[in-house]
Amino acid sequence: MSKKLLAGPYLVWMAGFIIIPLGLIIYYGLTDRDGLFTIANVASIATPEHRKALWLSLWLSLVSTAICLALAYPLAMILRNRGVGRGSFIVFIFILPMWMNFLLRTMAWQTLLEKNGVLNGILSFLHLPNQSLINTAGAIILGMVYNFLPFMVLPIYNVLSKIDDDIIHAARDLGANSMQILVQIWLPLSVPGIISGITMVFVPALTTFVISNLLGGSKILLIGNVIEQEFTRAGNWHMGSGLSLVLMIFILISMAVIAKYDKNGEGSAF
Amino acid sequence: MNQPLIDLRNITKSFDKTVVLDDLNLSVAENTFVTLLGPSGCGKTTTLRIIGGFETADQGQVIFDGEDISKLPPNKRQLNTVFQKYALFTHMNIAENIAFGLKIKGKSRTYIQDKIRYALKLVNLDGYENRSVSSLSGGQQQRIAIARAIVNEPRVLLLDEPLGALDLKLRQDMQYELIRLKNELGITFIYVTHDQEEALTMSDTIVVMNQGYIQQMGTPEQIYNEPENAFVADFIGESNIVPGIMIRDELVEIFGARFACVDKGFGTNRPVDVVIRPEDIDLVEPSAGTLTGVCTHLIFKGVHYEMEVTTPDGFEWLVHSTDLCPVGKEVGIHVDPFDIQIMNKPASEDEEAVGVNE
Repeated sequence: MSKKLLAGPYLVWMAGFIIIPLGLIIYYGLTDRDGLFTIANVASIATPEHRKALWLSLWLSLVSTAICLALAYPLAMILRNRGVGRGSFIVFIFILPMWMNFLLRTMAWQTLLEKNGVLNGILSFLHLPNQSLINTAGAIILGMVYNFLPFMVLPIYNVLSKIDDDIIHAARDLGANSMQILVQIWLPLSVPGIISGITMVFVPALTTFVISNLLGGSKILLIGNVIEQEFTRAGNWHMGSGLSLVLMIFILISMAVIAKYDKNGEGSAF
Repeated sequence: MNQPLIDLRNITKSFDKTVVLDDLNLSVAENTFVTLLGPSGCGKTTTLRIIGGFETADQGQVIFDGEDISKLPPNKRQLNTVFQKYALFTHMNIAENIAFGLKIKGKSRTYIQDKIRYALKLVNLDGYENRSVSSLSGGQQQRIAIARAIVNEPRVLLLDEPLGALDLKLRQDMQYELIRLKNELGITFIYVTHDQEEALTMSDTIVVMNQGYIQQMGTPEQIYNEPENAFVADFIGESNIVPGIMIRDELVEIFGARFACVDKGFGTNRPVDVVIRPEDIDLVEPSAGTLTGVCTHLIFKGVHYEMEVTTPDGFEWLVHSTDLCPVGKEVGIHVDPFDIQIMNKPASEDEEAVGVNE
């Protein structure tokens, strides 16, 4: 009984800040301003403007996730091969930026990329033509990769560091070369970490509106920005909730994919 | 014997300035069961890893069948390793694990199928093809690891303490299995262990190592009955190691009493170390003993009694006997001449480490 009581504060928290808001979103998403049931809000994802924002979001998060994976896997491999002692210090250095405010870090990029920002300052000092860096899809991808890379590295590093050296030795002993070992041993054994990393990058990248606000200006609208604007500027909570529901479906699909591959929960443990 | 299959020449290896192997020379004949035996840190595993190719020697050569393979990576060597912690591929089933090496070599599907069936039969695990690794016990996993290695038909199988993680009963069963496998397959086994009983049971040749040097190499009987120095005597089974003086050939003086022995060539009146195994001491009537002492300790061990007999000079003799001698009783100690093993005293600690193998 007393043990159940200990869970009480969290249950209250969960009810107040997770269950009830979720219920409200579902309620708003499926009703119109008169409180009548409608699927118009959800269906509005099909309008060209919304569809464009959704596809752009999917596309940019996909590209960012791919870049993160391409950067993270070799890095995680290096960290693992360095061994625990030195490795853990490098891991510490690596997660250090995560302790600084996410907004501040993104604003720092804004300062760097701006028209009269640091990078263009350097370019003009070198008498090179200025580049329009900010407010491009590239800037948003850069922001996403920069902010979410650690979430890709850590689960992969976690899984890789659990692979015994002797497994690799055994594969080599049985005649496999480095490429065969990578494809037949390293990659299959690190699938849980890769899946976990992909989700942890893809989901926040898909829903972000801060990165696209700061680095994409008002020119590039992601689905996150559209939802945010429905709530804050248009004041249309019904529309915002409806679109959130659509986004949630995409997230649930990716969670289902993890559940399928990450049976032991190995990758998510960090 | 013609040329050895594996020949280690002047192998030297250090890790972070700690010398692990110092100018090691070792020859392994084809189709023998060779055991590298020694305490942890003696360099036995490093030796095995150098043969396997997982470590590179700082100096020296690894000769395999007349060819220098020192620079060859493990995947190019005609030998396979069985690892201490099995190192099975957990993302594959049993059949896929065994097939791994054969698939890499591009063998045909039917050949691989036949080999899998043959190997599973050999390790007594028929029908386990589609099982997952995690559903197997430690002993079964180790047998799969052996099957995975031998399907590649290596000339040499390297085994790194493969039974270390198993419980006693299973370990004994596996020892007999390994002997059977070696006889059936006719391949050379190089086996690393710190367990002297395992070494005595399975080996054709035992190589006793300590501090990076080979202390003694020989058959299990030679190693046990004629240890060349105190380290070997002490490491292989229990023993009484006492200082003595070689009066002349075939006569040694221990604590003032003279024992007949069979050793020759130690000179006259020379200090030596004498090894007497606890089971070789006969407890007799005080009047019939070469030395007399008092039984000070008695433990029942099952097969025999373990006793301590203290002689007037204060030395406690360890005695194993099926005859009981109650504590406090005075007894005589008698040892047959051929049960006494004489060893040169090491001149220094360094020489003790190097051993007497020139």
